[in-house]
Amino acid sequence: MIQRYESIIIQVVCKVLVPFIQLFGLYVIIFGHYGPGGGFQGGVILATSIILLRLCMGKEISHKKFPPELATGLGIGGLLIFSLTGFIPLFFGGAFLDYAYLPIPGLSSADLRYIGITIVEIGIGLAVMGACVLIFDRLADGEQ
Amino acid sequence: MKFLTVPIIGIFIALMLYATSSLPDRGDPQAPANVHVSPSYIERSKEDTGTPNLVTAVLADYRGYDTLGETIVIVTAGLACIIILMKRNQNDTKI
Repeated sequence: MIQRYESIIIQVVCKVLVPFIQLFGLYVIIFGHYGPGGGFQGGVILATSIILLRLCMGKEISHKKFPPELATGLGIGGLLIFSLTGFIPLFFGGAFLDYAYLPIPGLSSADLRYIGITIVEIGIGLAVMGACVLIFDRLADGEQ
Repeated sequence: MKFLTVPIIGIFIALMLYATSSLPDRGDPQAPANVHVSPSYIERSKEDTGTPNLVTAVLADYRGYDTLGETIVIVTAGLACIIILMKRNQNDTKI
């Protein structure tokens, strides 16, 4: 079981750093259109923030903040977001994963593809974050 | 039969070296992989998708099906870890 780290400096620095790491992870996901990044990289950075919380603050506090069931739910939720974005164009006249037929009114085809890529990258980020935190929780639990 | 492993491996290595020696050079503009759809992706991605990043557009739009399969593999790996690392009772002898 992961014990809370004894030193007060580590605990305070961890509590200060975690929001900034999450903000950077979200930035990397959304900014994948314009520079390096995208869903996979941003998802791993988001998972890093949760694992830092687990290592520094111990098991009781971090399990209250981010329970392992939430990680499983987010992982499968991200995969569902991706799959639904693939299935919805089938009902509106397009092929599978053809973002130009998403039912959002008043936008050109290039803008619809832009929005489709953004939604898909968010889904990938959530799925990767859920999988990484899940594997860490199972490995850390086995030490009991 | 164990003395046959080394000659068989040697034959396979020789076959693979002979086959790969006739592949095209790296970065050859006339290679079949660079002539088929890659020029159209490079030319038309900005007006088709409005995304300046060509890599993201190819990964998530033109080849989105492969990315879907990759995400399914990652989530399946996470779920498989749950099954393998479950706690077992002392009296249970199954699995």
